[in-house]
Amino acid sequence: MNKEQAKNFAPGHSACAGCGFPTIIRTILGESKDPVVISNATGCMEVTSTLYPYTAWKVPYIHNAFENAAATISGVERAHKALLKKNVETRHASSVPKKIKFVAFGGDGGTYDIGLQSLSGALERGHNFLYVVYDNGGYMNTGNQRSSATPYGANTETTPAGKESFGKIEMRKNLMEIVNAHRIKYAAQASVGNLPDLKRKARKAFETEGPSFLSVMQPCTNNWKFPTSMFVQYAKLATETNFWPLYEIENGNYTINYPVKSAADHGASLPRERKPIEEFLKGQGRFKHLFTPENKHVIEEMQRIVDSEWERLQKLANQNTIPTKLPEINQTVGVSAQTE
Amino acid sequence: MEVGAVIKHDISNAARTGDWRYMKPVVDKEKCSGCSTCVPYCPDAAIVVERDSHIVNRELAGSTIRDPRYAQIDYDFCKGCGVCAQVCPLRSITMKKS
Repeated sequence: MNKEQAKNFAPGHSACAGCGFPTIIRTILGESKDPVVISNATGCMEVTSTLYPYTAWKVPYIHNAFENAAATISGVERAHKALLKKNVETRHASSVPKKIKFVAFGGDGGTYDIGLQSLSGALERGHNFLYVVYDNGGYMNTGNQRSSATPYGANTETTPAGKESFGKIEMRKNLMEIVNAHRIKYAAQASVGNLPDLKRKARKAFETEGPSFLSVMQPCTNNWKFPTSMFVQYAKLATETNFWPLYEIENGNYTINYPVKSAADHGASLPRERKPIEEFLKGQGRFKHLFTPENKHVIEEMQRIVDSEWERLQKLANQNTIPTKLPEINQTVGVSAQTE
Repeated sequence: MEVGAVIKHDISNAARTGDWRYMKPVVDKEKCSGCSTCVPYCPDAAIVVERDSHIVNRELAGSTIRDPRYAQIDYDFCKGCGVCAQVCPLRSITMKKS
């Protein structure tokens, strides 16, 4: 066992062989200089890491329910604040660390679908916490049901491909834009295939005062149906095909961190060519049915979706009209009463 | 279980997930340069890069690297997924039937 790697999250958990979420946990928590407290939505991560009587977590950890990881961590964060205040008032020598990083982990089911209202509430109330969604595009723990993060064309239990259907007929939800609509200071999209980028983003998120958000791609070996050894390669391919662009939103301003040239930008001097979406799809069992003559149009449609989303992202990154600072609002209580 | 339903981490309660393995990663000690690329990707934190009693002679593998460290795998926890063999830039880990 590698002690340095296992300092926050130990082995002995029952995640599928070749699942990448332990890498995400270790990489993100490794960037915090302060002690961390974790809350976790129901999902693969929760089910596999906390098999009674064992827990793989070496840090304080709370699981509550599918829908309220963000609400739970809000409560923990406020309780810590209240405890510190109480200790100051009573001049009580405290064993409570002054600085704690509060982190909530959720899968895409517990974030895009079920936990969205509690996430929105926690972002709006401005708690000092980091929310991490590891996105494997479906309810993988219960056997691959579709979620609103499942890509167009995917074959799942609830959108089965066959004679009458080619899989999921809807587009993915763009959660980053929903999160950005709360005007939080830092939100970023990262991937388990690019750890230096994920590290940098985790560090930035921990430095942010107030809520921050990370969306991390996590290819699922079991239900995307590819060999257990390939999660890193599929995460990289998702970025290289522009399916999962790496970008960050700081105070409303978009920055693309891994620029890939696409068919739309003529003559732009970007270093990398965008790979066709087939490179990402092939080898995945959930897209196997698309490689038939009658489903050719689905792949073309997917390519069109990816290109138009990329174009939209580039336009957002290129516009400089957004003020670099978010409007400051006065939250001090009773100031106006004193001045009157 | 303690009061408040708190479970403390105790590695002695952990399942020895090495039982799951049907393919075993084997490190070519002469070829491995000790670069640690595989270490963070291992889902089970089962790879340590350090020197051991084994003396590496990388000249056999045609390498000029003199770092005496190489990857060692903890087979108690390794589930045999093969991610390390895939990410290794020198292809010094091979998966063998165990």
